[in-house]
Amino acid sequence: MKLLTGNDLASGAVTWWTGDGWSIHVENAVDVGESGDAILHAEEGARRVNAPYIIEAVPTPEGPRPAHIKDRVRALGPTVRPDLTLKPADPQAGEWVI
Amino acid sequence: MYKYDNYDQAIVDARVAEFRDQVNRRLRGEITEDQFKPLRLMNGLYLQLHAYMLRVAIPYGTLDSRQMRMLAHIARKYDRDYGHFTTRQNIQYNWIKLEECGDLLEELASVEMHAIQTSGNCIRNISSDQYAGAAADEIADPRPWAELLRQWSTFHPEFSYLPRKFKIAVIAANEDRAAMRLHDIGIQLVEREGKLGAAFYVGGGMGRTPMIAPLIKDFVPIEDYLSYSEACLRVYNRYGRRDNIYKARIKILVHEIGAEEYARQVEEEFAHVKTLGIDPPAAELERIAAFFAPPPFEAGLSKDIDRSDPDFAVWLDQNVKPHKEAGYSIVNISLKPIGGIPGDASSAQIDVMADLAEQYSFDELRVTHAQNIVLPHVAKRDLYAVWQALNAAELANANLDLISDIIACPGLDYCSLANARSIPIAQKIATRFSDAERQRDLGELKLKISGCINACGHHHAGHIGILGVDRKGVENYQLTLGGSGAEDVSIGKITGPGFDEDGIVDAVERATDKYKELREPGERFVDTYRRVGMEPFKEAIYG
Repeated sequence: MKLLTGNDLASGAVTWWTGDGWSIHVENAVDVGESGDAILHAEEGARRVNAPYIIEAVPTPEGPRPAHIKDRVRALGPTVRPDLTLKPADPQAGEWVI
Repeated sequence: MYKYDNYDQAIVDARVAEFRDQVNRRLRGEITEDQFKPLRLMNGLYLQLHAYMLRVAIPYGTLDSRQMRMLAHIARKYDRDYGHFTTRQNIQYNWIKLEECGDLLEELASVEMHAIQTSGNCIRNISSDQYAGAAADEIADPRPWAELLRQWSTFHPEFSYLPRKFKIAVIAANEDRAAMRLHDIGIQLVEREGKLGAAFYVGGGMGRTPMIAPLIKDFVPIEDYLSYSEACLRVYNRYGRRDNIYKARIKILVHEIGAEEYARQVEEEFAHVKTLGIDPPAAELERIAAFFAPPPFEAGLSKDIDRSDPDFAVWLDQNVKPHKEAGYSIVNISLKPIGGIPGDASSAQIDVMADLAEQYSFDELRVTHAQNIVLPHVAKRDLYAVWQALNAAELANANLDLISDIIACPGLDYCSLANARSIPIAQKIATRFSDAERQRDLGELKLKISGCINACGHHHAGHIGILGVDRKGVENYQLTLGGSGAEDVSIGKITGPGFDEDGIVDAVERATDKYKELREPGERFVDTYRRVGMEPFKEAIYG
């Protein structure tokens, strides 16, 4: 599956395309199929996302898992600061990245 | 310390106002990201993995308590309560919001700081010896000469769009504490027949193609210092490649045309530049130098130190270095706790270091390229009080220059260029060698880790170096041995095939075990490696 990701223009936060907007949670991301480029250009033009790009991901029961470690780090947060990730209460969250 | 004059303050304030306007235009959609990117980079603002990252310049690594407290304030108000001190003596904040940048930079400017020259293809923040003004072995204080280069290079119209970024270091001692010859230009102040001058080494660097800068001129009279620097840059700006980013650094130019030919062209250019009158008059040099006058050291202070507290004694032996003034010492604050993140400090810790500088070190601090902090002028009578305060703030790590005093770039945990994580490797190695006695037995061992070939973690210059690479989406780590960024400068050599995360820790341990087996009295790890060569280590590592 293919996901569309980028950063929020004002805050810089990592965001994922959900089909009708942007979420900071990769679990909410949807497969953009072949329409990624069109969404990308429209959303970037509307300044709802900054520096967007399309990535490969694998569907899992918990939601999409980006294929490359770099995007998994982006999705969770720094593995060396669990307190600053999106799942600070889950000590196992870092294993999802690796 | 140098204090801004009206001109310095005016140009920094103007830049803040200009960038605030550019940010607002970007947020309103009046400029695209492609148009905005070079503008934000000129102001030290990157877009990294998780957010915008701001790199703040700390000229030649020197700052006072007021500035240090501002760094803590920025961390608290605009970031997530911590900052990361870098291998270029700067500080980075990892969670900056674009919409808050204008306010942030305005607050920085109020204490004579900015984020200019921390990105882009310009002359970057000048680096220097963290012991400047305190070391017994320096022939002059290098900071006035670093400051002169700062003033010359800031917004230099001719050198704002160089073929590639450009890094200059200035030192004034034979012991190289600034990795001088691994800079685009390394300058060492020298004396000849009682006159001050500068030796110029040009074309060093790390990154994809590591090179040690060759000596271009052994003595430039100090009155020609700026003109000669200008000539070095002009030749590079004219002939440096702009068609290939991987061949654009000055090291490639010097390597391709040869040091001798490069030096000849610099001489030719210098003959012209000297006629332009850019070298400042003596009065201006004296004005700058006066800011770096020695602080009012007390005479007749006791040299005795009560070593009865064993933990204090260990720290004293490892982290405290001799000062040129009797009765004083140089205190190194290691930002490398076992299992911690190299170079990171919380805002509370930054405040503690600022307080200690104000109370005990004539209001001065230094940032080192090894991602540590220095209190340059501490009276020996105050060392125990300083240690107690550091200990209470978890800053009394007694591991300076030992295997756990690891340089590590932010790596894939933060950096968009990285291929692999650096910090977890540093944490695992430091934890494996956490036994203090074991570390001290290994002696000086500089271990440096980079998460990609750009080598921000200086792995080429590590006695043991580690380079993280991406092998089909999986992190892999190459091991190098025999590098050094000091006066015995050398580039490390790759041992062989790479390792996974746990494997690289085991490989480091096998290399150190082999060192212990082979070492002769007084030999450091790198000395033994140089004597016996790679083969015995390779056998130990790969079996």
